[in-house]
Amino acid sequence: MMAWFAENSLLLGLALLDGLAYAALVFMVAVGLNLVFGVLRIVNVAHGSLFAIGAYTAASLGLFFASRGLPPWAGYAALILAACLVGAVLGPLIERLVLRRIYGQEEVLQLLVTFALFMILEDVQKLVWGVQPISQDLPMKVLGTVDVPFGEDVIPFTIYQLFVLPGVAVAVLAGLAWFLRRTLTGRVIVAVTTDKEAAMAMGIDAAKVTLLTFTFGAGLAALGGALASPTTSLVPGIGAQTIVLSFAVVATAGLGQIEGAALTSLLIGLGRSVAVYFAPEFEVVVPYIIMVAVLLVRPQGLFGVLETRRV
Amino acid sequence: MSGSANSLSRPAGAAPARSLGEGLPALLGIAALVLVAWAVPWLKFVLTIALAKGIAVLGILLLLRAGQVSFGHAMFLATGAYTVAFVAPFQTEALLLLPLAALLATLLGLAVGLFVVRYRDIFFGMLNLALSMVLYSLLEKLYEYTKGTDGIRVSVLTFAGLRPERETQEWLMFGLALLLAVLFGLLVRAYLASPMGRALAGIKTRETRLEFMGVSARRVLLFAYVLSALMGGTAGALVAMTSRHVTPQLAYWTSSGELVFIAILGGAGSALGPFLGAAAFELVRVYAAAAVADAWQMILGAVLLLVILFAPGGIWGMLAGRLRRSA
Repeated sequence: MMAWFAENSLLLGLALLDGLAYAALVFMVAVGLNLVFGVLRIVNVAHGSLFAIGAYTAASLGLFFASRGLPPWAGYAALILAACLVGAVLGPLIERLVLRRIYGQEEVLQLLVTFALFMILEDVQKLVWGVQPISQDLPMKVLGTVDVPFGEDVIPFTIYQLFVLPGVAVAVLAGLAWFLRRTLTGRVIVAVTTDKEAAMAMGIDAAKVTLLTFTFGAGLAALGGALASPTTSLVPGIGAQTIVLSFAVVATAGLGQIEGAALTSLLIGLGRSVAVYFAPEFEVVVPYIIMVAVLLVRPQGLFGVLETRRV
Repeated sequence: MSGSANSLSRPAGAAPARSLGEGLPALLGIAALVLVAWAVPWLKFVLTIALAKGIAVLGILLLLRAGQVSFGHAMFLATGAYTVAFVAPFQTEALLLLPLAALLATLLGLAVGLFVVRYRDIFFGMLNLALSMVLYSLLEKLYEYTKGTDGIRVSVLTFAGLRPERETQEWLMFGLALLLAVLFGLLVRAYLASPMGRALAGIKTRETRLEFMGVSARRVLLFAYVLSALMGGTAGALVAMTSRHVTPQLAYWTSSGELVFIAILGGAGSALGPFLGAAAFELVRVYAAAAVADAWQMILGAVLLLVILFAPGGIWGMLAGRLRRSA
């Protein structure tokens, strides 16, 4: 066992660093999904489409900025701008026009409404950006690489994946924890999540909180997409891939857990990248195997709390 | 639940559709299907696929009665389809392949069912999704056996030892799908009216009460789950034999979503709903894809939204309501 680790320490190290960047992206999408579920009690299947549209918008804006001769650093402005734009436009649009009509309806119907939104957004995305791969990796290139020593070997890693992605994820996690626990708006969101009726009886405008939370969650999905866009070429179907993965994270973590979602993203991100290096054919399967294994032992998820059964 | 005239929240026995009788609409539907298949030959293929999917959706309907939604039932459909594709080179007899495919899907349903019936709601849905994605990934990645995303071409089949002409074969597949659809429809109707079927609605309203009565909710749900896997496998075998080509896409989560979509579109209040829904779904897909190649998904999505927002009883709910008013 120890000998195996010693032999494969290079690959394991690579997998660890890769997994970190990947986990950071997964976390941003999953935590938005989780937040939205907490307040709306709806599992938003279209969350993955917001990720994809965020990615495409960021790439388009980045290419536009570059074509205008703006400095390469403007690519970062494009990422942030894309996330805000997608969140602020699509979030309220979806919540106000569609979701608002189905609160309190059956879970099945709610799930299906978001599935319908997913189908619509997938085609909107294809109509706007086409089906040819788009890539815009300037934000990643401009930072260059750093040489990571592995024993005698030296492996160049992009600074973007090594520092920027995990850094943003940690900032999002810390910011979110602070926002939800220390600010009035955040506490109001938590209150609505815990007990909507009691919160409303206290005079909290639940409709406003819902709108705010959904917009915020949509923005997080779009931010995940925007940050992912420099690292990969964008093709139709990335939304569908992303959403199932973040379902796996949310279900494994247990619903309504922020730190739990972060740890689970790490677990699943690392698990996947270890698979990429050691058993590539099982790369896609690993997150689901982790999820099934966890739910076998803890049906409420790693960090979930058991709900008491109603009689 | 608010009084949104929602067919899902109605207890099984109180469905107004039942008191009206489903026999006449069913017979009319069969006649219409045969007529359309005869008058517009190329639609025969579309309708055969629709009937097959309708059978799979019957299984979704059972789980919906228990308030559970599976976002992974395409795995049983894919199991049935790939069984046909794998075995066809060695055994070309369609009438043997079909039960074999159904059997394997049923066994998988039992294995998966024993695990997933312990969970409810979101966890039930997501576990089904996860397991179907495992199957999808295996079908996609084990290229040596499955040819990956290219899929497998199903070799030419024989029916009762005969190798009929293409036209005859299409009619045979259509007839087979129709026959199985009727049989499974009747089976589901009888099952839902039985105590086991009635208990499903108990899982949805208050499971604990069911257990106080000494009924094992897990067993009730497991029975429905295995039955739904059987129908999924049968549907998959029919799809593989009709389209003669299987791809991992059959197991992707969006295919599972489509099945739930069809269930809601047709209306979950009656065993006729899945077939109405499947026919409408496949026809809209075919015509929308022909009219606007890149936006057919958008059109289907919009139809789904409109149905849920404005006609939550589905097509069957609308028809039944119309019939009731005119009666």
